[in-house]
Amino acid sequence: MHQEPWDPTRAAEIIAGLTHKEGPTLVILHALQEAFGHVPEAAEPMVAQALNLSRAEVHGVLTFYPDFRREPPGRHVLKLCRAEACQAAGGDALAARVENRLGVGFGATTADGAVTLEPTYCLGLCATAPAAMLDDRVIGRLDASRLDALMAEAQQ
Amino acid sequence: MSVRIFVPRDSGSLAVGADEVAAELNRVAHERDVALDLVRPGSRGLYWLEPMLEVETPAGRVAFGPTTVADVASILDAILSDGPHPLKLGLTEQIPWLKRQTRLTFVRCGIVDPRSIDDYRAHGGYKGLERALKLSSDAIIDDVVKSGLRGRGGAGFPTGTKWRTVAQAGRGQKYICCNADEGDSGTFADRMLMEGDPFMVIEGMTIAGIAVGATKGYIYIRSEYPHAVVAMNAAIEAARRTGYLGDNICHSTDSFDIEVRVGAGAYICGEETSMLESLEGKRGTVRAKPPLPAHKGLFGRPTVINNVLTFSAVPYILDGGAQAYADCGMGRSRGTKPIQLAGNVKHGGLFEVAFGITLGELIDDIGGGTLSGRPVRAVQVGGPLGAYFPRALFDTPFDYEAFAARSGMVGHGGVVVFDDTVDMAKQARFAMEFCAIESCGKCTPCRIGSTRGAETVDKIIAGDKPAANIAVLEDLCNTMKFGSLCALGGLAPIPVLSALTHFPEDFGLAPRRLQAAE
Ligand SMILES: Cc1cc2nc3c(=O)[nH]c(=O)nc-3n(C[C@H](O)[C@H](O)[C@H](O)COP(=O)(O)O)c2cc1C
Ligand code: SF4
Ligand code: FES
Repeated sequence: MHQEPWDPTRAAEIIAGLTHKEGPTLVILHALQEAFGHVPEAAEPMVAQALNLSRAEVHGVLTFYPDFRREPPGRHVLKLCRAEACQAAGGDALAARVENRLGVGFGATTADGAVTLEPTYCLGLCATAPAAMLDDRVIGRLDASRLDALMAEAQQ
Repeated sequence: MSVRIFVPRDSGSLAVGADEVAAELNRVAHERDVALDLVRPGSRGLYWLEPMLEVETPAGRVAFGPTTVADVASILDAILSDGPHPLKLGLTEQIPWLKRQTRLTFVRCGIVDPRSIDDYRAHGGYKGLERALKLSSDAIIDDVVKSGLRGRGGAGFPTGTKWRTVAQAGRGQKYICCNADEGDSGTFADRMLMEGDPFMVIEGMTIAGIAVGATKGYIYIRSEYPHAVVAMNAAIEAARRTGYLGDNICHSTDSFDIEVRVGAGAYICGEETSMLESLEGKRGTVRAKPPLPAHKGLFGRPTVINNVLTFSAVPYILDGGAQAYADCGMGRSRGTKPIQLAGNVKHGGLFEVAFGITLGELIDDIGGGTLSGRPVRAVQVGGPLGAYFPRALFDTPFDYEAFAARSGMVGHGGVVVFDDTVDMAKQARFAMEFCAIESCGKCTPCRIGSTRGAETVDKIIAGDKPAANIAVLEDLCNTMKFGSLCALGGLAPIPVLSALTHFPEDFGLAPRRLQAAE
């Protein structure tokens, strides 16, 4: 995952380029996260000012949605589906395996900064379950050995 | 010699190696000096055969699958020599699983190139819009009413009635919102269409815009669907370039444009008013109704909100198909339902069929039972808020009312199959946990009740005063059912209570004899 270090000037440009949209808050937050991998606290007053909102409102939006990260993620993000169709296909055992092997729980980043492990609730790959995403790549029909290969790749 | 080969770009196919197969195909073709015309369509929806490769022949497309990189060279040999191959499935259209379907909405999915508007038109696309442009608003809506189309997003509200309300809501700015949040586990029909036949979604939304007098549409796609976002954006661009979106579409006096908006991981944003809040850039909290979105929707303006599949059913209906659509189905459920078979199922995928097919036919006959080979024990129909049904209820036909009569729901048509290793108390706990995770926080029964519910199931599982705690759980479910503003808190008790009713032994209670026709 390629992301730039936080840069207020660049952030201001991104924000300014999107304020003309109807209801732009989410669009802007997505664009900031796309660029910087997260939306730091420093971005909140900038977005608030540009959209004429209170900082509390922006903070409220940012924290409502699970996608938005307040801290930079690891070098890779591994999302494992935890929803029912994947549970039916053995997903729970894979979830336990990944926590165990990576040594972190869902929502956390490994100590070496390699992988952020996130839960997701359905990727629409339920007919080829269990499913996962490593960065932008979708993976189906996971089993223990394919999961191990994914983790190895993510830890590089 | 030139061969035209199709390798899907559907994300379900990519997830099992379609890109690698396509790359290998390019490499081998180059090595053998074969002129390859590689097309990347959506998926036909036979996911156990993905990546499924097809080749064009004078008799029709011939399929091979499930393919791996290692099979590519020998498949190409078999294609060039017209010889046999262990993975050869014959003419795609003759595969029984596909042949048994009635594909009205998925008629082009897996066949056309989703990046090509010409291909869409060559396969009958935009005929519905062309006809709609010649009709009055009333006449378009009459067709939708006549078809009997009901919302495919879950609630099954009559689409024509909704459109009529917005059409009659005076002049001024109105909006069309396409709900592509598809958060239910076990569902992927919206995703397949957006990735495989995006122009159909655009055409349906455009017809809606013309019918109600809206010039702007939004399609709210969940962030878990990055490939669908790319496909829809590419299709919107192509439609603009060719005059199918923008000012004066097809040289008419009507104008309409669409913008993609991406969700941010909140299941509740599939609820229509929460989606509106999110589109407005706010927290996705549910609005109280009334006012209905048809009166005061996006930015307070009259708004049509429909599911991807609802909009996608419209081009066929407007192309003279209203009566034919109404002629399919049973009772008040008219037309076809794209059913999605998922989870622990041998033949999982997209099965579009007229309403009325029974759950048992779907699971045993079409789905082929479980992938694990163990007996089917439970199925959850209609997503995380849908009921768990045991085999005793497999005679239930796919029909909104028939499912409701058995305390279940058809919802978005997802069917998740579980084998006999499933622990139904654990599934009940998950239903509560999911509600707690996804609650928008507006009502106490949903926000707090779901957490208490999960704790109570834990106590039952641990054998801590089970009888008393089951009474607590049932009471809690009642409070949630009646004290919640929307169906997240209101329906989360359904999977919990169905698990308890149909699988009491998993909660440490004596098994109950259940009659098939409760
Ligand atoms: C918690 C919750 C989640 C929902 N998720 C979706 C969804 O993902 N997609 C959808 O089309 N409708 C969803 N709905 C239903 C919508 O509120 C709404 O009824 C639907 O979009 C209307 O379109 P239709 O009439 O075409 O079905 C959801 C409802 C609730 C209560
Ligand atoms: S039931 Fe739950 S999700 Fe629905 S409005 Fe109330 S708190 Fe929000
Ligand atoms: S439930 Fe895991 S991909 Fe749908």
